[in-house]
Formats: sequence, C-alpha cells, structure tokens
Amino acid sequence: MPDPEPSLDWRDQIFAALKSAEIRQVGYVPDAGHSRLIELCQGDPQIRAVSLTTEEEGIALAAGAWLGGQRCALLMQSSGVGNCINMLSLAKACRFPLTMLVTMRGEWAEFNPWQVAMGSKTQAALELMDVLVYRVEHEADAAETVAAALDIAFNGSMATAVLLSQRLIGAKRWVK
Amino acid sequence: MAAGSNQPRLERRAAIRVLLAGRGDMLVVAGLGSTTYDAASVADDERNFYLWGAMGGAAMVGLGLAIARPDRPVLVVTGDGDTLMGLGALATVGVQAPPNLAIAVFDNGRYAETGMQPSHTDSAVDLVGVARSCGIASAIDISDEIALADFARLIQGKERTLFARVAIHADEPPRVLPPRDGVLLKNRFRRAIGVES
Repeated sequence: MPDPEPSLDWRDQIFAALKSAEIRQVGYVPDAGHSRLIELCQGDPQIRAVSLTTEEEGIALAAGAWLGGQRCALLMQSSGVGNCINMLSLAKACRFPLTMLVTMRGEWAEFNPWQVAMGSKTQAALELMDVLVYRVEHEADAAETVAAALDIAFNGSMATAVLLSQRLIGAKRWVK
Repeated sequence: MAAGSNQPRLERRAAIRVLLAGRGDMLVVAGLGSTTYDAASVADDERNFYLWGAMGGAAMVGLGLAIARPDRPVLVVTGDGDTLMGLGALATVGVQAPPNLAIAVFDNGRYAETGMQPSHTDSAVDLVGVARSCGIASAIDISDEIALADFARLIQGKERTLFARVAIHADEPPRVLPPRDGVLLKNRFRRAIGVES
C-alpha cells in the first residue's frame, strides 16, 4: 500500500488501507470508536457496508464474500469478539481470510466496569481461536498495522485482528 | 403457521431434488447437519458450500456470497435449528435485500442431528412471520411440490430476496456425506465459479 498521508486522521488512514487492499464488503456493529470509519465505508460506492445485529454474523458474511471473490473486513468493539468465538471455527476450518478491526474497551480510563470482563480477555480469546493479533497503541502505527493484517490475511489465508487500544481511541465521555 | 399443526409435509430428499432440479448456475450454501446431507444427495456439486459447523451462520454466508456475485442466484438451504440460532441474520438480510438471495428453511420442528428434540418452530415460532417482520416481503410457507417448484423458478429470476419455510417430515433418510475438509470445499467452490485463488 502507498505510504499513508501524514496529514490524514488515523481513521482516514485505516480507510485508505482498506481501499488499498480492495476491501469490497465491510461488516460492522455500530460503535462510537469506529464511527468515522463506518461513515467513510458507507459513503464509498465501491464498498457494501453491512450493519450486523451481532458480530458473529460478520464472520459468516466474510466467508461468503470470499467464496464469491470479494474481500470483506469487519469492524467491532472488544465486547463483540466474545460473540464471535464459535463462528471463528468457520474461518479456522476453511482457512478463510479474515481481518477484524477491534476498538478496545475495558482498559485505559474505562468508566464502566462491565466492559472490563471481555475487554481484558479479548486478545486471549482471539488467540485461543488461532487468530493472529496485532495491537496498536499509537496513531502513527495504525494504518500500517492494518495494512499488514490485511496483507497476511488475504495473501496467506489467515484470520487476523487489529486491536485499537482505548488510549488511542480516547476515553468515552459519560457525563455530557 | 407453526410447524406443530397437522398440515401436509414434504419428504426432505424429494424437496431438495425439486429445488435443485434446474439449478443452472445457482450457487448453494447448505446448513450444517441434515440439509448438507440433502444437498449432497442430489449431487456433490462443487458449487455447493456445505457447512459442517458454524451453526447459525448459513444465511450470512449466503448474504456475503450474494453481494459478491449479483450475477448468480444464491440459495441457502438450511434447517429450523440453524435459522433459530442466527435469527438476527434474517434482520440483516432484510435490510440488505439482495435480489439474488433465496433462503429455504427445511422445517421439521426438530433437532434431527441430536436426537429429534423439538425446536421452537414445533410450538410457538412461525419462521415465515419472522422473515416478513424482518422486511423479507416475499416469504412463503410451502408444503407441496408444486409450490416448491414455483419457488425454485422464482430463485432463477433474481428479482427480490426470497424466503420459504418448507414443511418436511421429521425423519432421517440415509446420510449422504460430502467432503468435510473445509479448505477443499472453499477452494473447489471458488475454482468452480472462476474466482482466482
């Protein structure tokens, strides 16, 4: 992929990485941390943005897309990773390429303790299902990490996830 | 109408033959368990993608495939158990509304794979009503071969998202087991429809 333009917001740089990897379907569950990326996907005529009722639908959507010759990426929050566990057996048994971009909750500056249970186990849960996990802490690393995950997924038939840390995304404001 | 009532019912192997008789360039996703054996009983076609797991995922595999290949009719044939486990998928399909996607649920009101325990469709749940409420307007209840043959012709038209609940007997015909190697199934499917590997 071309060098990400430093002038762009890191979320726009991730979008450029999706475009560069020829992603044509994007499955997502609405999420504050991914809102900018979701809007960019919805606004692109070359991308079919598919709103899901639960994240595990996305694992199956991505499999179907690949069977038909299209590349699909998934956007979800860390809590959604837990919803995917059994469906990840589809990716594993068939070696479907898969890239999940995961916004983290339950770590730095979390207000809601209910988010900690899944957030603190997100990476371990993915790795239990043999998903290759990359983690991004700094804006400057976001786009190239996503590009690397997409590359090894689609050229190596692997399941991958990029965890976008809560520090990177910023704390959620609870009292407005 | 829920499955528990005394309506006529089809034999599942006869039903799958009607659905696939003139399949043309149709792509098929078969849900885990009995509907995978049903699809394989007609022919082990490389354009069938059999699920051996991923319960609740058949309709969504069909959706991703239908979006990717708008030029081909895509049929998801699956059971009531798989459909109930992924009921939200019908809502997602209703929103996306791909005109080339059809979902046929072989409904015996039972979990055949695990010993014929009753499913929710055996008593309270009407899948046609669920599909319509999810925005799939062309959702019908089928219990005879003439209506099923009409449905199969509609699939070829690729004009709108289709849903059929096909009432079948709760029996277990001899199993016809297609390959279980997921990588093989994936790669031969893609090769059969001309997708670069």
